[in-house]
Amino acid sequence: MLNVTNILIILFLPFINFLILGLGSRSIKQPVSGTIATVSLLLAAGLSLMIGYQYFIVKGMVNGAFPPIELFRYPWMVFGSKLTIDMSLVLDPLTVMMLVVVTSVSAMVHLFSLGYMKGEERYTTYYAFLGLFTFSMLGLLLAGNLFQIYIFWELVGVSSFLLIGYYFSKPSAVAAAKKAFIVTRFADLGFLIGILILSFYGETLDIATLIQRLTAPAGSQSLAIQTAGWLGISALTWGLAMIFIGGAGKSAMFPLHIWLPDAMEGPTPVSALIHAATMVVAGVYLVARLFPIFQLSACILDLITYTGIFSAFFAAIIACTQTDIKRVLAYSTMSQIGYMMFSLGIARPEDHYLGYMASLFHLFTHAFFKSLLFLGAGAVIHMIHSNEMNKMGGLRKFMPVTHITFLIACLAIAGIFPFAGFFSKEEILLATYHANFPVFVIALCTSGLTAFYMFRLYFSIFWGKHQAHDPHHSEGTFTMKFPLMLLMLCTLVAGFLPFSSWIFQGDTHETSHINWKFSLVPLSLSTLGILIAAYFFRKPSSRVADTLMWMGGIYRISKNKFYIDEIYLWITQRVLFPLVGKPAAWVDKNIIDGTVNGVGNFVGSIYYFIRGMQSGKLQDYLLYFLAGIAAWMVYFIYIWK
Amino acid sequence: MSHIPLQHVLIFSTALFFIGMFGMFTRRNLITLLMSVELMLNSVNINLAAFNKYLYPQQTGGLFLALFIIIIAAAEAAIAIAIIINLYRSHHSIDVDDATEMKY
Repeated sequence: MLNVTNILIILFLPFINFLILGLGSRSIKQPVSGTIATVSLLLAAGLSLMIGYQYFIVKGMVNGAFPPIELFRYPWMVFGSKLTIDMSLVLDPLTVMMLVVVTSVSAMVHLFSLGYMKGEERYTTYYAFLGLFTFSMLGLLLAGNLFQIYIFWELVGVSSFLLIGYYFSKPSAVAAAKKAFIVTRFADLGFLIGILILSFYGETLDIATLIQRLTAPAGSQSLAIQTAGWLGISALTWGLAMIFIGGAGKSAMFPLHIWLPDAMEGPTPVSALIHAATMVVAGVYLVARLFPIFQLSACILDLITYTGIFSAFFAAIIACTQTDIKRVLAYSTMSQIGYMMFSLGIARPEDHYLGYMASLFHLFTHAFFKSLLFLGAGAVIHMIHSNEMNKMGGLRKFMPVTHITFLIACLAIAGIFPFAGFFSKEEILLATYHANFPVFVIALCTSGLTAFYMFRLYFSIFWGKHQAHDPHHSEGTFTMKFPLMLLMLCTLVAGFLPFSSWIFQGDTHETSHINWKFSLVPLSLSTLGILIAAYFFRKPSSRVADTLMWMGGIYRISKNKFYIDEIYLWITQRVLFPLVGKPAAWVDKNIIDGTVNGVGNFVGSIYYFIRGMQSGKLQDYLLYFLAGIAAWMVYFIYIWK
Repeated sequence: MSHIPLQHVLIFSTALFFIGMFGMFTRRNLITLLMSVELMLNSVNINLAAFNKYLYPQQTGGLFLALFIIIIAAAEAAIAIAIIINLYRSHHSIDVDDATEMKY
């Protein structure tokens, strides 16, 4: 089961979809293309579930750890003895877990899109792009080599760009796609520099070898990277910081988060797949993948912790005031990824890296309930034809399935027992409590806020004032309801999986346990958040308006997302463009172009001079001939001895 | 015969050579150019014969070389006239200034 063929099938099924549907985007008609893509993705999801079962349960642990399996290795580029770049596929617990998450969420999104995208003009192209995205994400996960990861990392960015800009006739979608691409590209530059620094000192790009070399306490490579430095900071720290910048860009960490809310311009299932469950956690995945190296630098771990906790809290505040339901979900995604990040940052050997496990557990559960939330929002948008909260209300009677599944997802993200989010968030909070108390306090507040804004969303959509709805609009087809129900099932079950015995760092692992005394505080805070949301939003009342009057400026700042976009605009338009862009343009136009044109003109003038000699007149050639003979004569008579 | 000094012969052949060269540079008619080439070749022949006669009277190498040059000149004249005829067919002229397409 765990052989290279199956993995290649999983990896290339979406790619074949991309090729077939991309090439036949005009000739393959609506239901056919969607069905092809959905069936093959369901196949891939089934295969990866079987692989997960085989890897974790049938094959099991060897000497207290899951050994990584290298399925395939091929020397791809050989640049002499020191630098070879291999292409390799590696299965380790992290990869297998992510494989299951990505293929199953992708399959659900494919299925959901059958109904959601029905009647769209570029339906086949849409499925082709989804295939490209799934392929690149799977490639990113399976890569055993930093260079390979980087290639797929960029491919993921491209497919995200294509899907955000799917409605390219809308200027806002085009702007959002460009913004997402430029911001993540900027962060990827950091990633590239980080890769170069690490591989320069580690003398390899292979991840396993790199980790082994840099973590060896007295190895020549690890000594070299720790002693070399710039501005008083070691090369190791620089490299890791740069890699973290790449991860922070993809994972929408403050201050590189600005692209994520705008990315909601894409079709909603795309947001569920790319901007909730899979691509945005690539940064977390990257840090987790290289965690043994990150662990060598305490200050980078602190950087990760504080970036994560700040993003989590910051995004939660903004999410409380947004009125576009997809933007609320986007900020909540950012907040939850912040949880994963700081949980990685506080993982220490003292508590057997509980934070590491908790972070990936949260990644796992979050993928399910967040994609469920997005798909639910998609169903609502499909019915209402608007993203705005104030156009919704009282939908629980019209869309019962969506209502129940959405409620369960909200309870899960708020961390209520016994839904998936409870277990993972509990582990994160427990790990933080032992490692860093101030961070723990902020995380607690954030989890209360999370419950509040999620239930604000829930009550505004499904309760509140009754809007007049068109009775002809129904809840959607079976293909739209089925993924919701399946993901709801995952949300119910995921928390009970023995996750901590599957994915852990170090030699020993803690069995997961629920410490009820500890859980009391977060649970009651979440309940409080839900109650406050219910108080304000369950029935239409003047309470909201009154409180907003009282809040005044704070509300405005949060509603305007702390003016981060405006700050970026000011920096680029007022600082970067006139102070850097214009001089650079001048240098380019005058000095660089001038040099190139000067060389061109010089060569051209030589050409005009020589051209005149080729007159085509016989006697001119005769003259040159004579001159040549005269020159030879002079040479032979006076110079040559 | 022997009262004519070698220098006189050489002066004559040099004069002949430069008359040929003058023709090469000033004339535009290909037939005239061909005649100029013949003049130059013949001046060389005179040189060869004269040196043979005055310096090595017992040997005949110079004379034979002159004979070879005469034969080659005949062949060259045949080819040159063939070229001139072809040029006339395509350009309706045997003026070298009219055939300047092979430039640049």
